Amino acid sequence: MSDDELLDRFQFEAFRYFLDNANPATGLIADTNRPGSPCSIAVVGFALSCYPVGVERRWITRPEATALTLTALRYFRNTVETHHGFFYHFLDMQTGGRVWQSELSLIDSALLLAGVFAAQAYFEDEPEICEIADALYRRMDWQWACHGGPTVAQGWKPECGFLHYGWEGYSEASLLYVLAMASPTFPLRDENYAAWTSTYQWENLYGYDFLYAGPLFIHQFAHVWIDFRGLRDDFMREKGSDYFENSRRATYVQREYAIRNPREFKGYAENFWGLTACDGPGTHTHSIETGGRRMYGYAARGVPFGPDDGTISPAAAFGSLPFAPEIALPAIRCKCEDFRVPGGLNPTFDWVSEGCFGLDQGLIVLMIENYRSGLLWNLMRKSPWLAVGLQRAGFTGGWLV
Amino acid sequence: MLVLGGGYAGILTAQEAVRTGARVALVERNLLGGVCLNAGCISSKAMIRTSRLYAEMRDAARYGARRPADIQVDFAAVMERVGRVHARASRRRSAHELAAAGIDVFFGDAHFAGPDSVELSGETLRFKKALIAAGARPLIPAIPGLAEAGYLTNETVFELTEAPRSLVVIGGGPLGCELGQAFCRLGSQVSIVQDEPLFLGQEERDAAQILSESLSRDGIGIHLNTETIRVRVEDGRKLIDLRSDDYESTVEADRILVAAGRAPNVQGLNLEAAGVEYNAVAGIRVNDYLRTSNRRIYAAGDVCLEHKFAHIEGASAHIVVQNALFCGHERLSALTIPWCTYTDPEIAHVGLYVKEARERGIPVKTITVPMHEVDRAIVDGEEEGFVKIHVKEGTDRILGATVVARHAGEMISDISLAISAGIGVMELAEVSHPYPTQANALKLAAVNFSRTHQPRWRDWCARKWLDRD
Repeated sequence: MSDDELLDRFQFEAFRYFLDNANPATGLIADTNRPGSPCSIAVVGFALSCYPVGVERRWITRPEATALTLTALRYFRNTVETHHGFFYHFLDMQTGGRVWQSELSLIDSALLLAGVFAAQAYFEDEPEICEIADALYRRMDWQWACHGGPTVAQGWKPECGFLHYGWEGYSEASLLYVLAMASPTFPLRDENYAAWTSTYQWENLYGYDFLYAGPLFIHQFAHVWIDFRGLRDDFMREKGSDYFENSRRATYVQREYAIRNPREFKGYAENFWGLTACDGPGTHTHSIETGGRRMYGYAARGVPFGPDDGTISPAAAFGSLPFAPEIALPAIRCKCEDFRVPGGLNPTFDWVSEGCFGLDQGLIVLMIENYRSGLLWNLMRKSPWLAVGLQRAGFTGGWLV
Repeated sequence: MLVLGGGYAGILTAQEAVRTGARVALVERNLLGGVCLNAGCISSKAMIRTSRLYAEMRDAARYGARRPADIQVDFAAVMERVGRVHARASRRRSAHELAAAGIDVFFGDAHFAGPDSVELSGETLRFKKALIAAGARPLIPAIPGLAEAGYLTNETVFELTEAPRSLVVIGGGPLGCELGQAFCRLGSQVSIVQDEPLFLGQEERDAAQILSESLSRDGIGIHLNTETIRVRVEDGRKLIDLRSDDYESTVEADRILVAAGRAPNVQGLNLEAAGVEYNAVAGIRVNDYLRTSNRRIYAAGDVCLEHKFAHIEGASAHIVVQNALFCGHERLSALTIPWCTYTDPEIAHVGLYVKEARERGIPVKTITVPMHEVDRAIVDGEEEGFVKIHVKEGTDRILGATVVARHAGEMISDISLAISAGIGVMELAEVSHPYPTQANALKLAAVNFSRTHQPRWRDWCARKWLDRD
């Protein structure tokens, strides 16, 4: 099977997730394909970004994609509860109500917004989509989200106010800050972005100089929508690099870790890597023969300091396809027994995740597409907000010139 | 010189002062040796040592050894050893030894009577120069019900002869983590409650997360981002109510250990009479020369310094003697002070953190070597951790370093020496370390740096030379 045929199969199977796990009446998409799963607003953001891919790949028609998009956007504008313009992380698939006492999530609202902007750019001839997109964006009060401090809080709950844990270091919040900087109503300021990037750590690890973050998804998520090739903010100008190159190096660091396999897990090798946020075997300690190793459920696994319980995310290699196809493709080929990608694999304890996660499926569809055609990147360049946000965050170069 | 306080800072200052020929009197209100000797470093490290042995016994299979069938902790024997170790360490700081060195030792509560005198047991002692080394005491948070329920601190925990069946530690700083882990390994069911997102609030993020993993592996209940909101006693059981954002829970414990920080001992000294400015939270205000607002009076140690470490007290002693007695200009800020948390793995640091460097506008690059890259760490089965050396970008100047390793406290001294002596990373890469040692991780980091920072002309010359003919 050629690389193109291989990617076609994986991409289509991943795209199907968004058709199979949607509530057509509301446009909400399930977090996972397990029975009873709530909607994740971030997965809706991925879905909105995937519909244009489905049209271009002729898996759905443009009217079908338009209808799916409008249903979701109308639902979020008219029905889903908001607070200062942001949404709760998990919603009931039928009613759109908050579930699991989940937090008002700033990052997941940003991921939803990214999908909204992708839709706005693709369906530029649909006035209602464009109008709703603007309306949702204008409602989001990023200044309130800073809670009086220099950086954005991770979340808020009506029961206790802003959550105490914060973001330290490089994270997927890069997308959030870019979108927030461009807000026409509640923009963040230069000092907010500077305060966040002040926690960055530039490290040399396994021979690679890079902006460090342990879990691989941190190096991937913002790149679904933003083509960072050649784009540099103050930090990257100082280091003579950019975030695309950084993600490439981070991918190689992940592979190096798997080759070294310090915790001696089964399967880790040059084509079996990818510690990131993913499903896992759960928190039960195994027998003394395995050294009483602790196992995790859904957790953000990371390199090189863990947590690492021997679980690899099969979706991780797809997420790095644009940055390092020379190592991502061989890793993807190792998974081609079944073109449906599960939420986690742990060969040491002979465990495979029973479900698929919408975030993973979205990452697969979109990063394969960016690798093949750059569709999402090209679409988002048309978004006025993205360019403004990047410029206000101090980015220059690349496609911004 | 009159020294108020017979802890490390006071004793070391008195000893150095008397060696110069000065007349020295030292006043102590309780026990010589202070917190470090009597209720801190020595006792806790003795306890930690035995707890590590028990942990290794349980982990024997990982080393190819047979795990003992029945591992029973004899807590009384553990604390008996703590006592013996303490007695040996005390000998060098006894009243007899100090008197033999020429120091007049007084016991009692002294307070200032004026800018150049103190009162002690009705007598007035005049001084030309004085040092306040009154130390600090455990900070007890205002948690409803805590006092009524009763609690341990570092001042009382080493008097235990029986291990608590269950222990809640309030405070996830160095003391809380060290003792929490030690008690867990000695058989107590332990929970640590920390009101910040990570343990060791100021420490490097990866270091704190590795520690969290290690404590969790030991079986400690981890409560981060959690407040202790009240303590109740019901049917003789201590119930500790916790809140983390919107989630409330209750943990039951036989004993509570409060490890929430230290408050400077500024009460009862009548500092106002001496014109010495102070703050109940930060302690006595001193300048970089360790001089107070009274030109005759200096302060050192826990009563005035943010970093409350015994080895800083030693360095402070030298500064005080030189500045107070010989018109010196030695500065505290000129010192390179490492520190270490003696958990397993240990976490040690010296110099600037990355965040501090970036806040000062210093571009910084970190050379990271995970301990799983170090042969001796693999051999020893002690691979958790890393060496991170922070270098000023564009130079090889070492700004700081963090080491997380079984023996981080021993390893950090290399970097401390390098910073003090102005040794750069390139020079450090040339220093031979015995192989195999865990300290080789430092050389590995330095070599990694040097390989990517050779001048291009050198590579060009090397290629030209090898390609000749």
